Amino acid sequence: MEGNLNALTTIFTEFYYWVTIVMMFLIHVGFCTYEVGVSRRRNHLKTLMKNAMAIPLVTVTFYFFGWWIYFGFPNGPGIAGGLVTAPFAEAWNPLMGTHLSGVNPGETGVTPADAALWHRLNGVFWGAFLLFSITTASIISGSIIERARSGAFWIVAVLIGSVLWILDASWGWHPQGWMVKLWGYHDAYASGVVHAIAGGAALAFLIVLGPRIGKFKADGTPRDIPPHNVWLVTIGLFLIYTGFWGFYAACNIPLISPATIAGQITGETWTATNIYLAPTTLSAITFNFLMSLSGGMMAGYLVSKGDPFWTFSMGLCGVISASAGNDLYHPIQALLIGAIVPTICYKLHYFVERRFKIDDAVGAVAVHGYGGFLGVVVAGFMLWGQPSSPYEGFAHINPLGNFAGAVLMFVLGFVPTFVACKILNSMNLLRVPAKVELEGVDFALNHAFEASVREVGTAEKAMMK
Amino acid sequence: MSTNGMENWAVDLKDVGAIYPFQGSEVLMVIVGLAFWIGWHILQTRHESAEIEADMAADRSGEETRAAIDRY
Repeated sequence: MEGNLNALTTIFTEFYYWVTIVMMFLIHVGFCTYEVGVSRRRNHLKTLMKNAMAIPLVTVTFYFFGWWIYFGFPNGPGIAGGLVTAPFAEAWNPLMGTHLSGVNPGETGVTPADAALWHRLNGVFWGAFLLFSITTASIISGSIIERARSGAFWIVAVLIGSVLWILDASWGWHPQGWMVKLWGYHDAYASGVVHAIAGGAALAFLIVLGPRIGKFKADGTPRDIPPHNVWLVTIGLFLIYTGFWGFYAACNIPLISPATIAGQITGETWTATNIYLAPTTLSAITFNFLMSLSGGMMAGYLVSKGDPFWTFSMGLCGVISASAGNDLYHPIQALLIGAIVPTICYKLHYFVERRFKIDDAVGAVAVHGYGGFLGVVVAGFMLWGQPSSPYEGFAHINPLGNFAGAVLMFVLGFVPTFVACKILNSMNLLRVPAKVELEGVDFALNHAFEASVREVGTAEKAMMK
Repeated sequence: MSTNGMENWAVDLKDVGAIYPFQGSEVLMVIVGLAFWIGWHILQTRHESAEIEADMAADRSGEETRAAIDRY
């Protein structure tokens, strides 16, 4: 590393992203807690494991190919150029391991420039993006509880977490992504690239999977299947809120000079930037995160008449719906967007449930899918005419570009997931049989547990005098 | 003899690249890792199918299922 300031900046950036990874893990603690709270007792263990095992499965596949997709596909390829070479992100490259910045004799695929930039940043950038990936996969998990086979979910988790979302991130969440260049797509904190795509995938999964037994009466009227433990549900959502601070921070570059950006910004003033390398501040996103969360919770309390599940869920939806533009909104704009969009999503959830018999156990399609979709659309209007990028020649932010982008995100999640679920269903691998669903998917595990309890109890009682 | 080529730290760090063991076998490691991942899915699917078969054969009377439903 050249010079102490550069060294300090690199090491600060490395540590900054490392901290965001730790914070984002709380999102997954929250998802697990939340889903177990929603599920009924006879499904707890499988519900927990279904979500938890998405972590290692998306991790290994994101190492093998997900990270490379982000750097390889910003042009489409074939839309704004060809496939981009990114040797530092290939699983077999020495920079995908412990590396000290030089180039060893015989070390292939490493240039001095790549080594200087990536030896300290590759792992933490990969980790931060990985946590976004796991989040995208986990969003689907809650919707399908109590009847989906875990193995089917894990295959879809890899598809969405290590292929589809990172492809859309390469297109619309990369400083050189073709959607940013050509459409002026703006989605700073991932309303579309994480949430809309996950919502689209969840909807596709639910359509093929079908509702839980007992969810709908013979005449098609939905029944409420309440969470078995509302406390766990709300603690889970609180943990997701907490992890979202890391998510937001990880979408920023913490400190960078105009010379390093090498775009149109003049002068010497260093700045934080959003993912597109356009200036923002941590303070701005702190204002807007909290105000959009508040808007969602306040609206949620009113429309659900104080229901804890929906008050907390709409708080999350408030953040998601303002996320596309939370680098640039005024806090009161974030508050109002965070209140209005979740109200629409809440109404849409019940409309879709009644009209199309979709049993989304946690409202993920509404909170993430509709919330993310509408959030991107609103940002297109609110930020109309603003620069999408610090680089010359990029389209400006506009309603049409963001609307097309929102549609693309939702469809990119929906279509491949629908096809994958159809294939799994045709192989009898998507859903457990009705008898097992009624017994509970934990039946065998509970049996083993009860047998152990009986055996040890009998042995202990035999020791009593 | 050292598995990563480093036998002491009397070096300028800017001249040192990778320091994990067995450098040069990265492609082989990726192949092994991919096989582990795909093999895991295959084994998991078999285990899950066997468990579902056992569940289908259990509780013919439905007594335990009724009790589980009542427990919510």
